[in-house]
Amino acid sequence: MNGAATQALGFQRGYRWARANLFNSWFNALLTVAIVLACVRIALPALDWAVVRASLNAPNIAACHERGGACWAFIVDWYRFLLFGRFPYEEQWRPGVVIVIFLALLLATCDRRLMGRPLAALWIIGLAAVGVLMWGGVFGLPYVETDLWNGLPLTLILAVGSIAFSFPLALLLALGRRSSMPAVRGLCVLYIEVVRGLPFIVVLFMGVQMLPLFLPPNVFISKLWRAEVVFILFIAAYVAEVVRGGLQAIPRGQFEAADALGLGYWRQMRLVVLPQALAISIPPLVGTFIGAFKDTALVTIVGFFDLLQDASTGMNDPTWRGAYVEAYAFVALIYFVFCYFMSRYSRYIETRLGKGRR
Amino acid sequence: MSEARTAPEESRPMIEMRNVQKWYGEFHVLKDVSLSVQRGERVVVCGPSGSGKSTMIRCINRLEEHQQGQIFVDGIELTDDIRHIEAIRREVGMVFQQFNLFPHLTVLDNLTLAPIWVRRMPKREAEELAMHYLERVHIAEQARKYPGQLSGGQQQRVAIARSLCMKPQIMLFDEPTSALDPEMIKEVLDVMVALAEEGMTMVVVTHEMGFARQVANQMIFMDHGEIVEIAPPATFFTTPKSDRTRLFLSQILGH
Repeated sequence: MNGAATQALGFQRGYRWARANLFNSWFNALLTVAIVLACVRIALPALDWAVVRASLNAPNIAACHERGGACWAFIVDWYRFLLFGRFPYEEQWRPGVVIVIFLALLLATCDRRLMGRPLAALWIIGLAAVGVLMWGGVFGLPYVETDLWNGLPLTLILAVGSIAFSFPLALLLALGRRSSMPAVRGLCVLYIEVVRGLPFIVVLFMGVQMLPLFLPPNVFISKLWRAEVVFILFIAAYVAEVVRGGLQAIPRGQFEAADALGLGYWRQMRLVVLPQALAISIPPLVGTFIGAFKDTALVTIVGFFDLLQDASTGMNDPTWRGAYVEAYAFVALIYFVFCYFMSRYSRYIETRLGKGRR
Repeated sequence: MSEARTAPEESRPMIEMRNVQKWYGEFHVLKDVSLSVQRGERVVVCGPSGSGKSTMIRCINRLEEHQQGQIFVDGIELTDDIRHIEAIRREVGMVFQQFNLFPHLTVLDNLTLAPIWVRRMPKREAEELAMHYLERVHIAEQARKYPGQLSGGQQQRVAIARSLCMKPQIMLFDEPTSALDPEMIKEVLDVMVALAEEGMTMVVVTHEMGFARQVANQMIFMDHGEIVEIAPPATFFTTPKSDRTRLFLSQILGH
């Protein structure tokens, strides 16, 4: 076949595909045209702003404005504060390594060869290393108090800590809510309903600002851990309801078969019921966790310098005043990367669990 | 537990129910049921649906609770005492109408779960035991598959093997072939016949009268929550005493 004929065939194929997928009814044809127009009207100017006329190198915001595009020079100038906040400047390699450790742990979590105990061990070692790096005070690292743990490491510590510790608590709450013992069930229902009935900001404010007033004067819990505990307790109530949904989907026959084999309650839950219930609950579970990750940004209101607060601080720099879109875009990108990762990870687990079952 | 045992080892029945009563709310499901099953005896329970036959055998391993009367299994009385219940469940295997295999585990893991976690058997030993029983139910080649990949008849045979792995003294069958396509019923019944020939104590709720004739020592007919008739199969099928039994038999054997 000669070139022209191949090309003609290609066009024909393309035309058929377009007819079948884009223009197969007048309504879809209209939608196609509208979407293409919208893309042209929105995406092109955005691209123009973010890439074509953007400045990576500029002395100040006025110089950026002359080119008329995004002022990424602000991010270049401020990225260390955006990521690490007020962490002592010379020591900022430490939170930098912490971010790398978190990313490495997340990647390791995707490797099915590490599933189970090796992965748990990796996480424990990784989190211990995070603690050492952030606190210091050993191995010749200067001590850094938790108030100076800012930016992305703070966001990650809050998120990972609250997700990891709320999960076991949530399992107990969910099982308790289905318990045959009225006292246990009542307490779990009360806890879940009260927590879910309160706005998160109120609980956060009370936990962080008011709790110290009720503690004995010689007891001091740093603000970071007060916030962490509030997150754990709060998220657990939501996760518990998600898990309960999964538990309710398990047929009675599964419980009966486990009973008949002589498995006691805890083994029955651990070996038979929870593996199935959690597998069903993965999509809403990850949804809840993604929400929790983004909710960490709310610590801004009780005076934490998390990623978002760092960005707000940066954009008040007189040199770069007005670079708020750039600052928020940078923060949004970081949030998106982590949330998208979680979302993909949930899909991956689902397909893996789906193999050969049911 | 020894104080709960009543009679010497050999003479004592494996299962004894004395005047057992059970209600679901207002509904009287078991009316004064008394029954005794000796070691090695095969009892087949039949009756119309809703007659309480499933409920009765589910009381034997406490999947259902009775409200009055007494149940002894191998001399141990079933009470609220969780240790008695667990001791009895270790000795009593059960096969369900819906198989109830664990779908998230392979066939092999389904079989080794209870031996490992309840009997504290080492994994290797449990797997050898599991393979032994899978061979007995002619399904060893499916050991690495998940239950969802097997046919109904294969799943039910796996379920039987799973119960046998606990080396039970008694096997309860709750309509084991009712959820199966006709062509798969025989493969399951063959396994059950083989089990009966080895002297397993069995209580079987079923409508498979051919099977009943072949293996049963005792036939029990239940209706409206009470035992209407207990007889050896020879007299049960030929000269039933009760009209209700005769009507039931004519209905299920009539075609």
